[in-house]
Amino acid sequence: MSDQFEPVIIGFTCNWCSYRAADMAGTARMKYAPNIRLIRLMCSGRLDPTFVMKAFAGGADGVMITGCHPGDCHYVEQNYKALRRFIILKKTLTQFGIEPGRLKLLWASAAEGAIFTDEVNKFVEQVRELGPLQWPTSGGGLEQMFAVPEHMLVKEVAA
Amino acid sequence: MTEKIGVYVCHCGTNIAGTVDVEGVAKWAAEYLKHRGVVIARDYKFMCSSLGQELIEKDIKELGLTRVVVAACSPHLHEKTFRNACKNAGLNPYLCELVSIREQVSWVHTDKAVATEKSKAIVSGGVERVIWDEPLEPLRVPINPATLVVGGGIAGIQAALEIADAGYHVYMVEREPSIGGHMAQFDKTFPTLDCSACILTPKMVDVGNHKNITLLTWAEVTNVDGYVGNFQATIHQKPRYVNTDLCTGCGICQEKCPKKVIDDVFEAGLGKRKAIYTPFPQAVPNFPVLDKANCTYFLRGTCKACEKFCPTGAIDFTQQDEYIQVDVGQIILATGYDLFDVRRMPQYGYGRLANVFTSLEFERLSNASGPTGGKMVLRDAVTTPTSVAIVHCVGSRDKNYNSYCSSICCMQSLKFAHLVHERTGAEVYNCYIDIRTPAKGYEEFYQRLLEEGTHFIRGKVAEVTNAARVPEEEGKLIVQVEDTLIGKQRRIPVDMVILSAGLEPRHDAKDVARLFGISCSADGWYIERHPKLDPVATMTEGVYIAGVVQGPKDIPASVAQGAAAAARALGKIQQKEVAMEPIRATINQDKCSGCRICNNLCPFNAILFHEDKMVSEVNPALCQGCGTCVAACPAGAISGTVFSNEQILAQLEGLLLLNLKQLELEPVPS
Amino acid sequence: MKEYVYFPGCSLEKIALSYHLSALETTQKLGIKLTELEDWNCCGATAYFHVDELLAYTLVARNLAMAEKVGTEVVAPCSACYKNMYFTKLHLSEDPDLTDHINEALQEDNLSYSGTVAVKHLIEVFANDIGVEELKSKVIYPLNGLKVAAYYGCQILRPKKDHEDVEQPQFFEDLMSAIGATPVDFPLKLTCCGGSLLISSRPAAYSMIYNLLYSAQRAQADVIATACPLCQVNLECYQQQVNQEFGTHFSIPVVYFTQLIGLSMGIPPKKLGFGKEFLSPKKAIDAIKNIHSQEEVITQ
Repeated sequence: MSDQFEPVIIGFTCNWCSYRAADMAGTARMKYAPNIRLIRLMCSGRLDPTFVMKAFAGGADGVMITGCHPGDCHYVEQNYKALRRFIILKKTLTQFGIEPGRLKLLWASAAEGAIFTDEVNKFVEQVRELGPLQWPTSGGGLEQMFAVPEHMLVKEVAA
Repeated sequence: MTEKIGVYVCHCGTNIAGTVDVEGVAKWAAEYLKHRGVVIARDYKFMCSSLGQELIEKDIKELGLTRVVVAACSPHLHEKTFRNACKNAGLNPYLCELVSIREQVSWVHTDKAVATEKSKAIVSGGVERVIWDEPLEPLRVPINPATLVVGGGIAGIQAALEIADAGYHVYMVEREPSIGGHMAQFDKTFPTLDCSACILTPKMVDVGNHKNITLLTWAEVTNVDGYVGNFQATIHQKPRYVNTDLCTGCGICQEKCPKKVIDDVFEAGLGKRKAIYTPFPQAVPNFPVLDKANCTYFLRGTCKACEKFCPTGAIDFTQQDEYIQVDVGQIILATGYDLFDVRRMPQYGYGRLANVFTSLEFERLSNASGPTGGKMVLRDAVTTPTSVAIVHCVGSRDKNYNSYCSSICCMQSLKFAHLVHERTGAEVYNCYIDIRTPAKGYEEFYQRLLEEGTHFIRGKVAEVTNAARVPEEEGKLIVQVEDTLIGKQRRIPVDMVILSAGLEPRHDAKDVARLFGISCSADGWYIERHPKLDPVATMTEGVYIAGVVQGPKDIPASVAQGAAAAARALGKIQQKEVAMEPIRATINQDKCSGCRICNNLCPFNAILFHEDKMVSEVNPALCQGCGTCVAACPAGAISGTVFSNEQILAQLEGLLLLNLKQLELEPVPS
Repeated sequence: MKEYVYFPGCSLEKIALSYHLSALETTQKLGIKLTELEDWNCCGATAYFHVDELLAYTLVARNLAMAEKVGTEVVAPCSACYKNMYFTKLHLSEDPDLTDHINEALQEDNLSYSGTVAVKHLIEVFANDIGVEELKSKVIYPLNGLKVAAYYGCQILRPKKDHEDVEQPQFFEDLMSAIGATPVDFPLKLTCCGGSLLISSRPAAYSMIYNLLYSAQRAQADVIATACPLCQVNLECYQQQVNQEFGTHFSIPVVYFTQLIGLSMGIPPKKLGFGKEFLSPKKAIDAIKNIHSQEEVITQ
């Protein structure tokens, strides 16, 4: 086992295209980095930005959102909504101090197992270069993030 | 109350067990996830087998399991299997989760230790999720027994007849003036050398006469709404400018029409037709169509010969486009193929050198009702060729154009060779890469051609040229090819060259696929639900595919697929209703603030807004379960079943199991 | 005035001097400045790349590095030079390690290759940069009635570069039409002339030259126009040997396209290098009525 940092990536896949792309990669025995763990949604449009935040807060170093190619969404156009959310999410994350390179959007059709494999591998390396996210996990990550800094707390003033 | 969770880890033979320590994972789950509610964790060789399923059923009955997690293959394969097992044992099937450690772990990773760790994380994700699962019932929707068949070629015809003969209604839509498809253009069919029209036209006539088939030709589908059991299709009926109630199909209008046009479709550009025409004599329906773009009346306001001579007054220049709405339960797409455009290979000289023909052109040349009356002659319409070269694999098996094999061209080329021998006695040269003759009677046909004295040259033709190098080559077409079996370059002077062009998806296949909500592969063929085991169903419930639209194949295979699609459709019609996954969104009206953000997000218009109460509501009949509104609601008022926020977030926590130590996880809900 | 860095190549010094002269004369008349690259070296022709690839790339990279210093576009009249420079540029752009390696050597000459110069064939300058319309406007004596076999040769279009149509290109014929000549249907216009096979395998080369001459004769061409010194030499200088070998009687003059363009623009033939050929095109060109009214075009 090497000493190098192994990032943990969460991948959100859509039931119709990208999850099947992952299945296809499996059936074709294509190999990709084991750092990624997939969650199946019915559609990329189901992706609530909270999921991404929770993933980072829970210990993920990178998050990959995948869905059908524009125009091919099983539910007609919901991947466009995912795209819109992704764009805003990326901006928001940057403001939290999270590098934009930790979030990736990939369109992959059910036939594109090879592309899925390549992109996963590329993304794992990309996140590896960025290093561990080190989101504070002890003492409640999200709470700490939203905690009011000491100097801004209203203190009891002696009368 | 803690749930009682059973965890089952499948070996799948060595497919999973070869890379993942399945016993280890089961043991780990039993020990480390005990506090989460896991009461039993087993590993077994083949969970999907009846013995495997019995393990689950037994545990449910004896241990009172309230949740089940199976770690095995992809849910797309066996989710139903395990859910059924639970159902048989009296546990609601939606309290069962199948997580993939095969397609997602054992088949794609090589390091055993890492794969095992990841499997544990995935099992943990499944366990966390299943805690939040709710018991649900599938939705039952009634199936409209009518079926829409798009495409009137042999596959579509077969499908339509099967369904109609079974007593159910079929709407058949065909964009050309007549049904019959490409098969109607052929002369003879391999390997029996049956006359194509002779075996096709009886079926066409059946379709035309069938009381259960509404035939709409010269029409296209422009819109589809709805879902399985309940589709609404809008069909654009283009104006024929002929009143079909009055037309008797006598053909006088065609005779009298003074305007001749090159027939690019049926005659493959080899022959002409009139501006008002039926594409071929056995057309079904036998009503002509007036080609507005080439009609003297529409262009210049004169002529009207057809109207003058029509004995029943059936010509109607005022006819308009019509849009017809039909309600159907299921749809079969059988829209066929286009031929590879051989002009993309200028080295074969098509269009520049007169006597280079495409396969479809040659079919018309050979056909007795074709433009030359079946005489095999050169473009001068007089000379019979004394030597013919047939080029295989034009545009197929070629990474510059299409890498796939078009399946039928070898047999077609052999058929051409035979017909040329028979009708002209010419020398025939077949230039091939491989000879592919797999089906019944095909290899024997090839042997027959060998005996007939066909010259077979194994080599991909480099060039067809008229640049003679020696006086003997003057006036001929030279086929330059490397004869790989003798290791020599050859220049073969011939009179005629036939290009066996490959099959390609229709030029608008992608747009049509989108209309019906299905996908195309990278090559453009429609994607089947499973390449091995489910070739006629698609990912979209209620939409089936049949024939070459799914991939190149011969007539027997197209017929088989048409019948298969019909059988699937009939199966559903018999059941009278279809069970739909209960993946739906619901709006908690107490939390809804009436912001209406969700209303416009739904592509199925499933969200209504109640003006009086100022809240939105999801219509479960229209909702398809994509979940976009669930994610969008700023108040969190919309929840989704099977993919709720709680379920997904719980799965996320379980997946982020980073080490073997127990994590501080959310307390189990009571 | 549009300026290009001009890379004549070794053959234009002597055996293809007429190409060099006509190239300079015609481009000047069309408002183009061809400034010869100082201290240029041989491009390696066909042989060097098969002897030592690394050194061959370095040889070409030196020329490109020097060209970078003085211009943005380098033009080669010879197809082999063009091909070598084009593919060196392509190969180095895809292989940064190789580029670094070569730059180490180039440093000895205070040079550095950065891939900023574009590589063009002289005929592309006429066909694309000048264009048919501009050329037409400068024609004084249209070569009406002169049947020309426009011979591209193989290396301009193959191996595939960035040209659109590699099977049936028309740009050479279009240039000939623009100067009033009649391009004939010449099916072997992209077929190899044999190149350096003349040295290594003469009989093979002769049969390739034979095919080309036969095809040109069949098309009833008065002259063959070429865009490469090697093609010109092979087709013209060995016609006699081919005749001996095959028992034919070919006698087709082979000229450079720039010479024909120059004639149509009224440039005196001596300035275009006419008079140095084995097979004089005098008969063919004098036969053109338009020019007939002038003095005898070619005095030798």
